[in-house]
Amino acid sequence: MWALEVQDLAVRFGEFQALEGVSLRVPEGAFVAIVGPNGAGKSTLLKAVLGLVPFRGEVRVFGRPLGEADPMWFGYVPQIKTFDRTFPALAVELVATGLMRRWPFRLSREAREKALAALERVGALALADRPLGRLSGGQLQRVYLARALIRRPRLLLLDEPATGVDRVGEVDLYRYLEAYQEEAGATVLMITHDWEAAHHASHVLVMNRKVVGFGPPERALTEECLRQAFGHLGHAHELYVGGSRA
Amino acid sequence: MPTSFTWEVAVLEALTYPFFQRALVAGVLVSLLAGLLAPFVVQRRLSFLGDGLAHAAFAGVALGLFLRGEPLWFALPFTFLVAMAITFVKERTELSEDTAIGVFFALSVALGAVFLSKAKGYVGDAMGYLFGSLLAVGPSDLVAIGLLLLLALSLLPLWGPLAYATFDRELALADRVPVVRHDYLLSGFIAVSLVLAVKVVGIILVAAFLVIPGAAARLLSRTFSGLTLLSLGLSLLSTLLGLMASFLLDWPSGASVVLVQALFFGLALAKTAFSGGK
Ligand SMILES: Nc1ncnc2c1ncn2[C@@H]1O[C@H](COP(=O)(O)OP(=O)(O)OP(=O)(O)O)[C@@H](O)[C@H]1O
Ligand SMILES: [Mg+2]
Repeated sequence: MWALEVQDLAVRFGEFQALEGVSLRVPEGAFVAIVGPNGAGKSTLLKAVLGLVPFRGEVRVFGRPLGEADPMWFGYVPQIKTFDRTFPALAVELVATGLMRRWPFRLSREAREKALAALERVGALALADRPLGRLSGGQLQRVYLARALIRRPRLLLLDEPATGVDRVGEVDLYRYLEAYQEEAGATVLMITHDWEAAHHASHVLVMNRKVVGFGPPERALTEECLRQAFGHLGHAHELYVGGSRA
Repeated sequence: MPTSFTWEVAVLEALTYPFFQRALVAGVLVSLLAGLLAPFVVQRRLSFLGDGLAHAAFAGVALGLFLRGEPLWFALPFTFLVAMAITFVKERTELSEDTAIGVFFALSVALGAVFLSKAKGYVGDAMGYLFGSLLAVGPSDLVAIGLLLLLALSLLPLWGPLAYATFDRELALADRVPVVRHDYLLSGFIAVSLVLAVKVVGIILVAAFLVIPGAAARLLSRTFSGLTLLSLGLSLLSTLLGLMASFLLDWPSGASVVLVQALFFGLALAKTAFSGGK
């Protein structure tokens, strides 16, 4: 089955065309790395799949149109954490929203334990009862990840989840994602600027407003695709060669 | 000793007057509504919405005085419509909410002034409408407030989704919370609560009545549920104390209630400031 089918997707913001004629099919269980320059519409693509931006075209998730998809299927880590920094909230409460889809008034013991377990898995147990508004970027990233994972999603939509996470955390993140995928058969779409990480994916989507290349890393992460997506490659070429060494 | 004795007697005496009983019941009910709404008003930065809607209520009251009907029955639909209009402008245009409020604020005051000028000779109880009056609450007001409180109870399950969208609208949207519908519900609810609180608190202070308990509680809370409970408690307590003070000192009831609220806010502020931030 296809985890995600996108047909002729287009997104406009007023006059500005952010995505155009995007079509792709992601098989269930795939790990897709999405790469492209800043402003390429990578985040917009994930938001369209979540129904957060109006679009033209068709998006189906696990064979269902978006309107029929269960929100619990999706685990989302946004690139920009837009939450109200003055809202009185503890990390463990945010993680629990992943389970409850509303803000918890009181955490049941069971919910709290699940939330703590999710935090522990991403190495953030110590943050559980800390006020969210005071966490650092990398700490927030981990809490958001725990929130996305706690519902055991079928489709993980991760928008630069490693940004701000320290080196050890990053390695742990990829390890953990692999293990979760293996165990749950989940599909992962991960936006990244790290081509080396992209090389480890089962599929790579190179995009810039349109799909430039989509397929296994060795077919999509070619010099030609990257040149097309990023314009002139310049020293990016050296990065690419560095990546292929991995 | 003798002073405290007369004090107690006066309070007990107050409780025997039907008008004071009505004011007290109405005060308790609207203070619960205010305490429940205040955390959302504070976190969503809606205190200016409260101000705008209070002025819409003024226009409604003025229209009622002009047409010689019960002012609150005019203020209720008028304020509700203004709340819907403000929310509509916010949702459908690029204008920010405070701009939308500013427009309707001015419109309401202008309309109110026109109505009031035509209602000459009939504005005797304007002071009561402006600052609240213990004598103002009639039996039909109690029925209306009771009904609203029942409605509020039926909306309690919305606390979780509303708080979620208050925390982060996009996360709530991604989880299919009907965020826009909830925005309309919340502002409509604020409008109706505000109008019903007008008799006790008065038009000028009613917006503060919806903000201060939340602001004070926010200073002392680490979680949104804690904030909500504390806000409810502070709102209830300050209304009870304020109404007593109003009776004993013959102050306008809204003014006494808001002064007690402000006192609690001051205490919360002192506690936060002296403990070096939370
Ligand atoms: N809500 C919006 N309104 C108007 N324009 C938008 C909006 N969201 C995104 N855009 C525009 O759409 C384009 C794509 O944005 P998007 O965030 O998807 O890029 P991205 O590929 O994720 O970039 P980055 O690598 O910097 O995160 C950008 O030019 C951006 O300015
Ligand atoms: Mg992005």
